[in-house]
Amino acid sequence: MQTLTATKEIKKKSQIITGAEAVILSLLEEGTETIFGYPGGAIMPIYDSLYGYQDRLKHVLTRHEQGAIHAAQGFARVSNMPGVVFATSGPGATNLITGLADAKIDSTPLVCITGQVPFSLLGTDAFQETDVISLSMPVTKWNYQVTKPEEIPAAIAKAFYIASSGRPGPVLIDITKDAQFASLSYDYKKCQGFRSYNPSPRIDENKVKEAAELINNAKRPYILFGQGVILSEAEKEFQAFVEKTGIPAAWTLLGLSALPTDHPLNVGMLGMHGNYGPNKLTNQCDVLIAVGMRFDDRVTGNLARYAKQAKVIHLEIDPAEINKNVKTDVPILGDAKKSLQMLIEQCHANEHTDWLEQFEELNDLEYKKVIQNELNPDKEGLTMGEVIRRVNDLTDGDAVIVTDVGQHQMVACRYAKFKKTKSNITSGGLGTMGFCLPAALGAKLGAPERQVVGVIGDGGFQMTLQELGTIFQTQAAVKIIILNNEFLGMVRQWQQLFFDKRYSSTELVNPDFVAVTKGFGIEASSVAERENLDVGLKTMFDHQGPYLLEVKVEKEDNVFPMVPSGASVDEIRLE
Amino acid sequence: MKKIFTIVIFTENKIGLLNRVTSLFTQRHINIESLTTSESEYDGIHRFTVVIEETEERTFKVVRQIEKQVEVLKAFCFTDEETVSSEIALYKIKLDDSVDSSSLQAVMDKHDAHVKEEVGKFLIIEKTGLKQETHVLFEALKPFGIQGFVRSGRVSLSKTISTFSKHLQELEAHSKEIISQ
Repeated sequence: MQTLTATKEIKKKSQIITGAEAVILSLLEEGTETIFGYPGGAIMPIYDSLYGYQDRLKHVLTRHEQGAIHAAQGFARVSNMPGVVFATSGPGATNLITGLADAKIDSTPLVCITGQVPFSLLGTDAFQETDVISLSMPVTKWNYQVTKPEEIPAAIAKAFYIASSGRPGPVLIDITKDAQFASLSYDYKKCQGFRSYNPSPRIDENKVKEAAELINNAKRPYILFGQGVILSEAEKEFQAFVEKTGIPAAWTLLGLSALPTDHPLNVGMLGMHGNYGPNKLTNQCDVLIAVGMRFDDRVTGNLARYAKQAKVIHLEIDPAEINKNVKTDVPILGDAKKSLQMLIEQCHANEHTDWLEQFEELNDLEYKKVIQNELNPDKEGLTMGEVIRRVNDLTDGDAVIVTDVGQHQMVACRYAKFKKTKSNITSGGLGTMGFCLPAALGAKLGAPERQVVGVIGDGGFQMTLQELGTIFQTQAAVKIIILNNEFLGMVRQWQQLFFDKRYSSTELVNPDFVAVTKGFGIEASSVAERENLDVGLKTMFDHQGPYLLEVKVEKEDNVFPMVPSGASVDEIRLE
Repeated sequence: MKKIFTIVIFTENKIGLLNRVTSLFTQRHINIESLTTSESEYDGIHRFTVVIEETEERTFKVVRQIEKQVEVLKAFCFTDEETVSSEIALYKIKLDDSVDSSSLQAVMDKHDAHVKEEVGKFLIIEKTGLKQETHVLFEALKPFGIQGFVRSGRVSLSKTISTFSKHLQELEAHSKEIISQ
């Protein structure tokens, strides 16, 4: 992480400054360059200080605080640096809650700073007062209310340390307005640890040995990998581990892009709408090696019939995840990168050709029944899958793909090709519709050199479409594809399959998305026929700035395969 | 099978931490039977004593979630057999002509209770013991007319040697090690 401590102008040693300025200087000390936020009464002193530092701190004025926090999430996910958010008290702070919950469950490092009414007004139901500390408690990794200016540097240092170390997560610092106005003698010291927080447990060598022995003797070993590989920047070690042991590896929704999609040992996606083989064979492996993933219910299906035959090895940094959902035989507690380094040494080079063939056979079956029709359909209407296939071709699998939540998300994650890590950004654990548009903006600002493509459903787009205003103002060159089926597609699919086709409140009468987007000053077009798809996509990618392409897809397509709710992973349905 | 567990949590003394800990129980729909917080034997470290009725598995899982919280130093859980526990109950009895003071005294003697204070026309009786014991006395005092009753949260100490002191030393050494890196 780049720090600007060497810059001359930064006041360093015990200068008397205001609390508001201390916030800005502390952020600079932590290497912050971009802030996503929205001003208001209780945070005005901080915004006033920011005015003097515009040359070093870029503030992105979103159109809603939820937009700001999702943008910060997108920024953090592509860069592995904490996203920074400013919001005012009351409604400003409460508008952050969804993003905090999303970042907490998806382990995204965020530092959110909210203004608060002056100390003397706390608890008086003052204008724009909410108890944001209590409200945000269950959705933050840590939060703290600052009421004295001299607490600011240490609180921010601790916030950055907690957000980005161990299993990352969102933190929130609430600062009363009087503490922003008042003065302090400023000194900054980075936080490097404290006794009541142990972010990186010491790795037990005996457990590594035990795990290696199981792996070396396994006949049908199977690796499941999650976002932990990306968060600990262990991609190289992970690939080396997979290649040395020759073990097939499947990914969770958030693990996607940690290993190149076309790697011969990458067998596909786990979970409810994952691939056929990876789900089926979970119940046939003899050793299951989970790396940086948490056995979410969307991955495991019915736990009572999940991998009962297998010995389970779990590489995990969060002790509370061990044995939480799946009973583990050998837990390796600690950072994934270090654990993998130790494990690689002890594992024998191996191949599992017959076992891998089983994955291939099931993949062939899935290809015939599902994938072929999705990617190269012979029916009239466009499928979501063929749009993703063309995006892959036109970006050469090099883009960052940001998705929202629903059918388009499952299709995009199933079919997108990735060569680079940190390229798949989606709301996994919380399933937050409206995530994509602001997150795509944040991702583009976090990785300006990369092509960033947001893929959104027509429902989710309308939850945060006001952020088109932010995209216009920043001119961030994000490419937005709306896969419009005029339905809340995933809910409609469930209604069709499990609620007797009673389509209760899932049909959308949509606005003219092209006109709306053009109204925001952003170029846009729409395609509905196959012969126009390529031109539409090429026009979008050739366009210099931001661009939105609406693709009208088949209205009532379903996403398959599917593990029905409550079923076991080996009961996965192809149709 | 559900049973009574006493969860002992050592924490930094910070505003809001109690809220953070109790919300972990709320999220899992676990009812807190009793809750006490106080200073511990270590300077600046607080001790929470939480009593719940739960299965062993769910108790262990919630304890790990508690331990995960920043500013929580360590959490332990114990069964009743592993701890010495106590609660205090106070009973307010109105003194009037209808009260037979010798039989009241006999009830107090039998239940190992004593008069804490006589305030005007009221007697405040105190009894320490477990919930069942203070409850039995409550039933025994009913005929005398109970005007007020309160029972404290449970306080507990484990019967085994505390491993917390060693753990604390390790935590402090570990954080110093990280800092020096």
